[in-house]
Amino acid sequence: MVDMLLGLPAPLLALLKGAAVILVIFPVAAACSMAERKVCAWIQSRPGPNRAMPPVFAWIPGAVILQRLGVWQLMADGGKFLFKEEPLPDHVNRLYYTLAPVIAMVPALTTVTVVPFGAYVGAGGRIVPLALSSVDVGILAVFAVASLGIYSLILAGWASNSKYPFLGGVRASAQLISYELSMMLAVLPVFLWVNEPGAAGSLSLSRVVEFQSRPGFWGGAWFLFTMPVSAFVFAVALFAETNRQPFDMPESEADLVGGFHTEYGAFKWSLFFVAEYANMIVGSAVFSLLFLGGWNLLPWLPLASLLETLHHLTGSALWLHPLVAGLVSVVILLAKVLLIIFIFMWIRWTVPRFRYDQVMKIGWQKLLPLSIANLIACALGIAFLQR
Amino acid sequence: MAVIQVQRTPLSLAERTYLPQVMGAMWTTLKHLLGPADTMEYPEQRPAIPPGYRGVPTLVRDPNGREKCVSCQLCEFVCPPKAIRITPGSVPEGAGVDHVEKAPQAFDIDMLRCIYCGLCEEVCPEEAIFLLQQYSMSGYSRAEMVNHKDRLYELGGTLPDRHFKWGVKKAAEERASGHH
Repeated sequence: MVDMLLGLPAPLLALLKGAAVILVIFPVAAACSMAERKVCAWIQSRPGPNRAMPPVFAWIPGAVILQRLGVWQLMADGGKFLFKEEPLPDHVNRLYYTLAPVIAMVPALTTVTVVPFGAYVGAGGRIVPLALSSVDVGILAVFAVASLGIYSLILAGWASNSKYPFLGGVRASAQLISYELSMMLAVLPVFLWVNEPGAAGSLSLSRVVEFQSRPGFWGGAWFLFTMPVSAFVFAVALFAETNRQPFDMPESEADLVGGFHTEYGAFKWSLFFVAEYANMIVGSAVFSLLFLGGWNLLPWLPLASLLETLHHLTGSALWLHPLVAGLVSVVILLAKVLLIIFIFMWIRWTVPRFRYDQVMKIGWQKLLPLSIANLIACALGIAFLQR
Repeated sequence: MAVIQVQRTPLSLAERTYLPQVMGAMWTTLKHLLGPADTMEYPEQRPAIPPGYRGVPTLVRDPNGREKCVSCQLCEFVCPPKAIRITPGSVPEGAGVDHVEKAPQAFDIDMLRCIYCGLCEEVCPEEAIFLLQQYSMSGYSRAEMVNHKDRLYELGGTLPDRHFKWGVKKAAEERASGHH
């Protein structure tokens, strides 16, 4: 089966992989919106959506648990968004108005392709990352494409031809510019460290994970522990880049009604949110690859030694099978991603939104100097360690 | 000394990073997240209704199962939104209600007009109308939202004579113990 799939012509294979990404990311992003509502409800001490269920399923024993978790509600919402009337206001620029949600989806689904979401031990003990396209520019590709997502917000704000979306779009662009710098500067020390003198230079994300799974104290430590300031700045910038509370200036429903999506409804509106959650998923994946050791379960416990230990404990050779190793690594990374997404939601329902001037002040006057100082300090430290 | 000068201490470095406050807030929300829900899942779980609650107005019978209302129409006149409409009628002979002269032939309360003020209960000299525990009323048409006499008695049922009205008063007189 696998051999038959791999034997397909390259364009067809790429098409299949792309379809697989859409088929996985789209429902996961939609499920995140339900998770968001449930986490919100639990934090506010209420049960959350737990009513919707097709009556037919009431006789199936497990279906009630799905009902309590709001899974049917999610499907009902999705169906509603698909079939409800899509109002097109008279005053909008029709082409750009329709284009904006589509443009939102493109970078959101494109960045997924370069993120390795697992690895398996190939021939000769070499770790082979599982990614749709394992490009060597890695993080650069993620940043370059992810930043394009902001164009959809600007376009939506502009094409809506009304003041609140316009303000939301302007805020989105200003916020992106402010936090993109700090984000880049926060990531630089990681790659300074990874690209040791003498080794071939690489910006690949799997290289970072490999670096975090090396033996020894400095090798096995996750970058979260060795460079906490970088991780902190990156996390804050990630919140700002994905427009999550406390930095959701473009949406900001208290002062801008709905921000960039004020004039949107039905499926176009939900596309924006699927894109937002897809961005969150990719952002969380990048964070866990860079700072949380990727597919290593615990610090100082690389995937390979984990599988060895399991092999010795259970005596089963199954653990060393590449397919099992790949699955284990995907599960570990996915668990980390979900944990980070939960923290995203937890913070959203805890922290109030910053004022716009505060967002700018934090970005330029606090985060940027902090990340520059961190870069200098880390560069000195890395130079000392690798001398 | 009407003006109180408040000393505003400058924020400490920790406070200016927002982090201790954010952490504290997250601890608070985590406790809520893991704690039980404060809400009630309504149709399955119902709130306990305390006595004295002003629910849907009903007509009640006395402990002997007799109609209390004598159709004096005081409630009709006092009703601020004019929700009550009474058609007085005479008491049929031998119905066991010889102690009164009249009874309502029809008694309608329009629940689309009722404001649950409780003035009807307050004004009723016979203590025949009570706002009881029922708090939700629904119907598919306007006509369905008008409670007729039989429905009102069905909702009210029989209430014990809590005050010294007919039964207790009569018993006291029979014992010749004078006033209560």
